[in-house]
Formats: sequence, C-alpha cells, structure tokens
Amino acid sequence: MAELQSGGDGHKGKKRGGVRAKKMSTRIDMTPMVDLGFLLVTFFILTTTMSKPKAMQVVMPDKKVIDSTQMSKIRESEAMTILLGSNDRIFYYYGQSEPKVEVTYFTKIRKILIEKNKEVLALQQQNGWKPKTATEYNGVYIGIKPTDESKYENLVNMLDEMKIVGIKSYAIIDATPEELEMLPK
Amino acid sequence: MPKGNVSIDMTPMVDMAFLLVTFFILTTQFRPDEPVSVSTPSSTSVSNPPEHGKVIITIAPDSRIFFDLDNQNFRKSLLEKMGQSYNLTFSVDEMNAFATGSSIGIPMGGMKTYLDMSPEERKKVEQPGIPVDTSQNLSNELGVWLVNARIAGNNPVILIKGDSKSNYPAVKNVFKTLADRDVLKFGLITADEAMPVEPIK
Repeated sequence: MAELQSGGDGHKGKKRGGVRAKKMSTRIDMTPMVDLGFLLVTFFILTTTMSKPKAMQVVMPDKKVIDSTQMSKIRESEAMTILLGSNDRIFYYYGQSEPKVEVTYFTKIRKILIEKNKEVLALQQQNGWKPKTATEYNGVYIGIKPTDESKYENLVNMLDEMKIVGIKSYAIIDATPEELEMLPK
Repeated sequence: MPKGNVSIDMTPMVDMAFLLVTFFILTTQFRPDEPVSVSTPSSTSVSNPPEHGKVIITIAPDSRIFFDLDNQNFRKSLLEKMGQSYNLTFSVDEMNAFATGSSIGIPMGGMKTYLDMSPEERKKVEQPGIPVDTSQNLSNELGVWLVNARIAGNNPVILIKGDSKSNYPAVKNVFKTLADRDVLKFGLITADEAMPVEPIK
C-alpha cells in the first residue's frame, strides 16, 4: 500500500511526556479508489469504438456531357450491362443489340466480371482500341442499372465488386423501360 | 524481519490506471443522438471521411431522409439561409436548438414548432423525414438544404449514409437531387470489410 510517512515529530512528543492519543495510522486504504479507477477504465474501453466508418467515393455521370450518342460510341463487344433486381438477383447482358439476359447472384458475379474484363482487354490489345484520354486499355465498360425493386446494399456491393475486380469504367444509370420489360418477374 | 510484509506498493498500478482513465476520457467522443439508427452496408473501401466539414444525408430503412451538417457555427448560418429560402425568421433560441442538434428530418413547415419544443419533447418526436420531390424545385427541400449547406458549410464533403435495406427509389431520389445541383462526386458511408484474399488475376 502507498503510505504517507509523518516523519520528524515522533521524538518531540515523547520528550514532552504529555498524554497523547495513540498515534493514528496515516495509511489510506486505496482499494475502493482503485476499484473505481478500473471500473472507469473498463467502461471507456468498452464504449470506445475503434473502427471508424469508411467512405466509398462515387462519381456520377454528368447528364449534360454524357448522352445516348456518347454511350453508343462504346463498341458493342466492350459493353456489359448489369441490372440489379429484386431479392438480390443480378441480371446481365453483353452488347446492345439482341441482348440475352442472364440471371446470377452476388456470389458468382465476380468470376463473370473477371472473365469478361480479361476477354475485353485482350480484344482491345489485339485491335489497338484505346480510349481518347488515357493511354491504357480500359477493359470492359459496365452500366450498373439498379431497378426500383433493388436495395441500397445491392448497389454498394456491386460498386465494391468493381473495385475488387479492378474495373475502372462504369457508371450508375437508370434502367430503360425496354430493359425492365426484359426482366423475368 | 519477524514477519514477511505482504502489502505491495500499488502506487505505480494506480498511476497507470488513472492515466488510462484520463486517456479514454479525453479521446472518447460520444455519439450524438441520432433520430434513426442505420446499419450501413460494408465495403472494402479504405478512405476515411473527413472529421469535420461534412454533410451527411441519411436514408432510413423506411425511406425517410435526414440531413446533417456537422459544425455548430455552420449550422446556425445554415438555418438562417434556410429561413431566407422559405421566408421564415428564427429566434436566437431556435438557432441554438438547431445548432446543438444532430440529423434533422423535419419539413420546413414544421421546423419552428419543432425547435420551440423542449429537448426532451424533441427526442420523442417521430421525424417524418425531409421531403424529396425531384420533379419540383422548392418542394424538394433536400435540394434547398443542400444548396444552402454548401454555402454555409464552406463547401463541405457530401456523404450518403444509407441503410442496407433501404429501397433503391429513395436512393435514386437522393442521387437525382444531388446530380440536379451538380454534385456528381460524393461518398457513400460504409462499414469496414476485408479485401478478399483469393487471387484475382
């Protein structure tokens, strides 16, 4: 225990020989204080949240710049459209004419994206298709179109897939009525 | 020494304990009372949102929209500017009540009544959310909030905090409101998630 020494005046008292009360111990029992201290430590450790939220950066297409003519500049073989449907379903098709809609789920989409991206990269390299601004090949162009039945989580997961797979050119666009028509109910 | 002394000197341990207490007291930031609890989806993003100078648009699971600007001084001038947009004048008390609050989901029509309540009453109010009507300009209050917050908040970072289970139409309305006011870059607040380890190539 920590103790406070009252040094010095011990002899004085004896010399004078006066009747004195028995000397009290100046030790303080610190146990309750220590208990409280550790209780506070525990409380603050438990309430402190260490994981800070993260922010995912999103850039939306500018409607004034990108219109349908710009979209059609993308070659048919480079494009892929992903529609987010109800119940976490994903519908996707390649190209723009005669689309064949296929259904998949979030557990399988990564493999599909990787394969398509590889295929398009090879195609771009083979034919020397480069975007006007960048010097590197861009890979597959993806339009992400969440339908009204999808959840916010689906969109975030899909954007995350883009980052994981390393697809740089994608945009969040509204689904057209024709596309909604194509989806199985 | 006739008897072994069993009392240990606890001073260093106590010092340490109180040092920890002090540390945790000083570093803890208590979360302000949010009008709605939101569980964000997770992503592998690693960038941290800024500590100060941000607008957070919350989308509740039931599609209600809440708006938040994080600095008390900014909030005061934000409310003043909102008042100018809707021809309302707010008293000093109302300004202070707004400045110390957190996310707000009250339409401008009910704002004065809400701010005149006592803090306890205010907590009990079920906030209806900010009206977002993307077809009209002044009835899309989120848009007005946004424009005023960008002036009042000295160009804050715009962040969207959506619940995983929010329906997309609500999110789409927010996106559209932002795009209509030329906010094309913004952040989505997500929880942490580890990058998958399997090889991608």
